[in-house]
Amino acid sequence: MTSFTPALQASSLRYDPALKRNRLDKFYNALSGFFSLIVVMPLFLVLVYVIIQGGRLISIPLFTQLPPAPGLEGGGIGNAIIGTFVVTIVASLIAIPIGVGGGVYLAEYSTGGPFARFIRTGNDILAGVPSIICGVFVYGAIVATRVFFGQSYTAVAGGIALAVLMLPTVIKTTDEGLKLVPKALSMGAIGVGASKFVTVTRITLPSAFTPIATGIVLAIARAAGETAPLIFTALFSPFWPEGVFNPIATMSVLIFNFAIMPYEAQNELAWAASFVLVVLILGANLLARWLRRFAN
Amino acid sequence: MTVSLQRPMSKATDQNCLTLEKVTISYGSFEAVRDVYLDIPRGKVTAFIGPSGCGKSTVLRGLNRMNDLIEGCSLKGRVVFDGQDIYAPEVDPVEVRRRIGMVFQQPNPFPKSIYENIAFGARINGFTGDMDELVESSLRKAFIWDETKDKLKQSGNSLSGGQQQRLCIARAIAIEPEVILMDEPCSALDPISTLKIEELMHELKKTFSIVIVTHNMQQAVRVSDQTAFFNAEAVEGGSGKVGYLVEFNDTEKIFNAPVQQATQDYVTGRFG
Repeated sequence: MTSFTPALQASSLRYDPALKRNRLDKFYNALSGFFSLIVVMPLFLVLVYVIIQGGRLISIPLFTQLPPAPGLEGGGIGNAIIGTFVVTIVASLIAIPIGVGGGVYLAEYSTGGPFARFIRTGNDILAGVPSIICGVFVYGAIVATRVFFGQSYTAVAGGIALAVLMLPTVIKTTDEGLKLVPKALSMGAIGVGASKFVTVTRITLPSAFTPIATGIVLAIARAAGETAPLIFTALFSPFWPEGVFNPIATMSVLIFNFAIMPYEAQNELAWAASFVLVVLILGANLLARWLRRFAN
Repeated sequence: MTVSLQRPMSKATDQNCLTLEKVTISYGSFEAVRDVYLDIPRGKVTAFIGPSGCGKSTVLRGLNRMNDLIEGCSLKGRVVFDGQDIYAPEVDPVEVRRRIGMVFQQPNPFPKSIYENIAFGARINGFTGDMDELVESSLRKAFIWDETKDKLKQSGNSLSGGQQQRLCIARAIAIEPEVILMDEPCSALDPISTLKIEELMHELKKTFSIVIVTHNMQQAVRVSDQTAFFNAEAVEGGSGKVGYLVEFNDTEKIFNAPVQQATQDYVTGRFG
């Protein structure tokens, strides 16, 4: 003990910036700050660029008119906005019931056996499947075989492709959300003579509403911005939507088509569509955050 | 269903509402409690006491097949209720739980209004009578009507812990079961709430048979007519301790003149 005393007396309690550990501390702080800046930079650059390029083009005709023929001026993206909503709604109608149902099975009915493990793993893998593969799959299964009234490219085919993309997110969030519901709640319901079905539909699912709704909104936001699965399922259309069994224009495919055209008017519409799409997706994400607040 | 909700209390000849015959409950290959014979009397309060891990909660959950929800849990022997073995293959566990209700250790009201907490059980059991009346009478029977009558639309979670537990009791009696199982109902509550629930139990045993698991021996003395003392002992070749029923008798006898030495040691606090 005594041998330490001189050293302790010599050292001061004052912060010494010249010390090696303090210099390293500062350096690593700065370094991690720098990298996190780089991480968020693309987000800001994309947002700022889209707002500057697309925001100035926002006008009422943009929402109410069709795109102009190549070479002509003006026009809007009304059909693509409607189309994006139509395709996303079709996708949601398919993915939400199936996804929530699958999640309920995994969390409430399965006993963690090989089948449930297979589904969970398969679901995780499906989440990592590139979106263009979903498109090719639906192209092969539905578009090329013309199952819908002999139609090849249809809005429904596009919706199905997006639904395949949405499924993993919806299943996962439902599964996780249900697992967070206290066991005591379902025990209570079963204790007053509720069947499994009544317990799940009346007690457990409503209690997990917030996480499930959040997951669904995020899945929709992701699907609405997808291009690859739509290019060869929903295709594109320069006209107003003609029902769900015809090709339909969507904002993402419109951007893909128009951004590379050698016409000024089309390029501008692509920017305007980018702006509308980004605002919609941003809105959906904010909605999801707002929903999440109810969880607490 | 409304008819069956007004079931007559008892067949006067049958003094026991539940009979356990050589009941052994296992979790996987591990036996939690072994060879229990027990006659639970009708219209009385029966207490299960004993050290932790002796299987008293396991036996309690075995009485209305709550153990079915625990994976790997299996029961050997017979649990006879109303002349039927409730573990017979043709028995529907949901029906069993409608007639043998349960109150849990942690108050677990549904995240719904106080009114809906009571109405839920009745509604899913096909109750078609006057729901307002049922809610009021259930809350009155659980001594919580005065505290809740002005806020029936508020969430059950807005109540205090003790009130929540009485709400859970009201919820259990709303479906008019014959037996109410209580798994340490007061262990999460303060002494005043505990006292209220004990008073409530004295009132409820006029209508229901009650089985309560408790760690509090004074509570067992205060509320119960009969007491079962469970203990656990290590067995050869087994992994861990196996619970068994040591002694079952009138509460007064168990606490004042027990037959078994182990009971004597436990109730006098000389338990090692």
